[in-house]
Amino acid sequence: MRHVVIIGAGQAGSSLAAKLRGLGFDGRVTLIGDEAHPPYQRPPLSKAYLTGKLDADSLALRGPSFYAERGIDLRLATKVTRIIPAKKRIELSAESLAYDDLVLATGATPIRLPADIGGSLANVFTLRTIADVEEITPHIGAGKRALIIGGGYIGLEVAAALSQSGVSVTLVELQERILGRVAAAETSAYFRSLHAERGVRLVEGVGLVSLEGEDRVRRARLSDGSCIDVDFVIVGIGVRPSVALAEATGLAVENGICVDALGRTSEAAIWAAGDCASFLWDGRRLRIESVPHAIDQAETVAANILGANRDYRPRPWFWSDQFDVKLQIAGLNTGYDRIVGRKGAKPGSCSYWYFAGEKLLAVDAINDARAYMTAKKLIDAGRSPSPLDVADGVFT
Amino acid sequence: MPTITFITAEGKEHAVTAEIGRSVMEIALEKSIPGVVAECNGSAACATCHCYFDPAYADMIGAIGEHESDMLDFTASPRRPESRLSCQVRIADALDGMTVRIPAMQ
Ligand SMILES: Cc1cc2nc3c(=O)[nH]c(=O)nc-3n(C[C@H](O)[C@H](O)[C@H](O)COP(=O)(O)OP(=O)(O)OC[C@H]3O[C@@H](n4cnc5c(N)ncnc54)[C@H](O)[C@@H]3O)c2cc1C
Ligand code: FES
Repeated sequence: MRHVVIIGAGQAGSSLAAKLRGLGFDGRVTLIGDEAHPPYQRPPLSKAYLTGKLDADSLALRGPSFYAERGIDLRLATKVTRIIPAKKRIELSAESLAYDDLVLATGATPIRLPADIGGSLANVFTLRTIADVEEITPHIGAGKRALIIGGGYIGLEVAAALSQSGVSVTLVELQERILGRVAAAETSAYFRSLHAERGVRLVEGVGLVSLEGEDRVRRARLSDGSCIDVDFVIVGIGVRPSVALAEATGLAVENGICVDALGRTSEAAIWAAGDCASFLWDGRRLRIESVPHAIDQAETVAANILGANRDYRPRPWFWSDQFDVKLQIAGLNTGYDRIVGRKGAKPGSCSYWYFAGEKLLAVDAINDARAYMTAKKLIDAGRSPSPLDVADGVFT
Repeated sequence: MPTITFITAEGKEHAVTAEIGRSVMEIALEKSIPGVVAECNGSAACATCHCYFDPAYADMIGAIGEHESDMLDFTASPRRPESRLSCQVRIADALDGMTVRIPAMQ
């Protein structure tokens, strides 16, 4: 019987397994993950789940009987240590398994601070898994002092969640502004004032020199010469694609595991999807870290394993929840040369439209579902409204 | 546990028991009801969990939020008076016997 083995039981891995069955595949499906929990959603980890507003059961992507009912052999707390492509086998800790098709859905790993600046002190955390949250939650409480390093979406979400739990939060961002890598100055400005109003201390253009403490982290020395007392630190400075296994197997790796338009790696029987995979788009190798992309790409790979021969075409979108503000992003803004702002119908709602010349690339919609949904449809259809119409709120 | 019945766009009925407190979207995913996509897993950010809810239960499924209503104006299948984002509707005892119709497109 044909056997599809999926390494990584996260968002992409679980979507892929479910899609194989959804498409009628009746061979063997094995889904192997090194975490203890069945596949779950990560977005709430930096939002409602961090402050106890959601229970672990509601994080699960599928119900408890889902995998067994569909004959998906789900193996948890199991790490794949080696791939032997010449024999079409993989090695787990205690056994080896044969595959016909192998999928790498290994996700990404948070970047840690180097040990020589205090990165390995106790109470210095990263945030990727339920296990990470379990380590952080005992430290959350009124009057505690947290330092967040990195002003990307995850850092800002964590800052919002913690400060809503009464933690006094300082966030430092090395670049001149928060969200500098991912959004326009206008969007940064919106979130800067939101956080400032809610009592988060945002420090931009300032780096961390070192974390200090004997038994655990107690102080942080910053590049502006200041030194602040802290109870715990969360590092949100980005992730690296988990490519160790792929590299050891000799697969092509460049900003992630290289896949072609179908999702195939440089080895014919091995595929990859999700945060770990880089694909060619508009002439460059792109890697997208988002749930919708992980689902779409995984489902495309599932179809291609079964012979669909369908190119993957990303329709990127993303969201972020901070305090009572919902940001929805349609498209990818890389290469923009102009931003057009537009007021929404409701107070406090607005959107920023990224153009390259006359071409609409992306939109950040802030508490503005109407702008988001309009933009998403335009971008998915490859259409661009004129920048003037955007500013006037007119669309064709 | 209350029983609710999903009816797919093709007219196929799936009667399922649903755990109190979970969202209708979560129940649909758990039972693999085709046609509920739920790309954002319940964050009210994607509108791919759009469903038509039995009007007889309109008073029992909770009020529609402003953001939800704005999203519903742009769904892939037409919005109707009984349209909701199924991730925003929670299962309660009073919903026993309710039918939920799934649109043709998300
Ligand atoms: C805190 C946080 C908040 C986020 N918020 C959002 C959001 O609001 N919106 C959004 O769209 N996206 C968000 N994301 C991103 C989103 O969660 C990821 O893009 C998505 O989970 C990627 O899915 P994946 O399957 O590629 O990787 P993952 O979900 O990371 O799954 C990979 C799995 O593979 C396992 N694995 C790796 N190597 C091995 C091995 N050798 N053997 C066995 N198992 C292995 C890993 O442990 C992991 O469980 C967020 C992420 C985080 C961490
Ligand atoms: S699941 Fe995304 S809006 Fe309901």
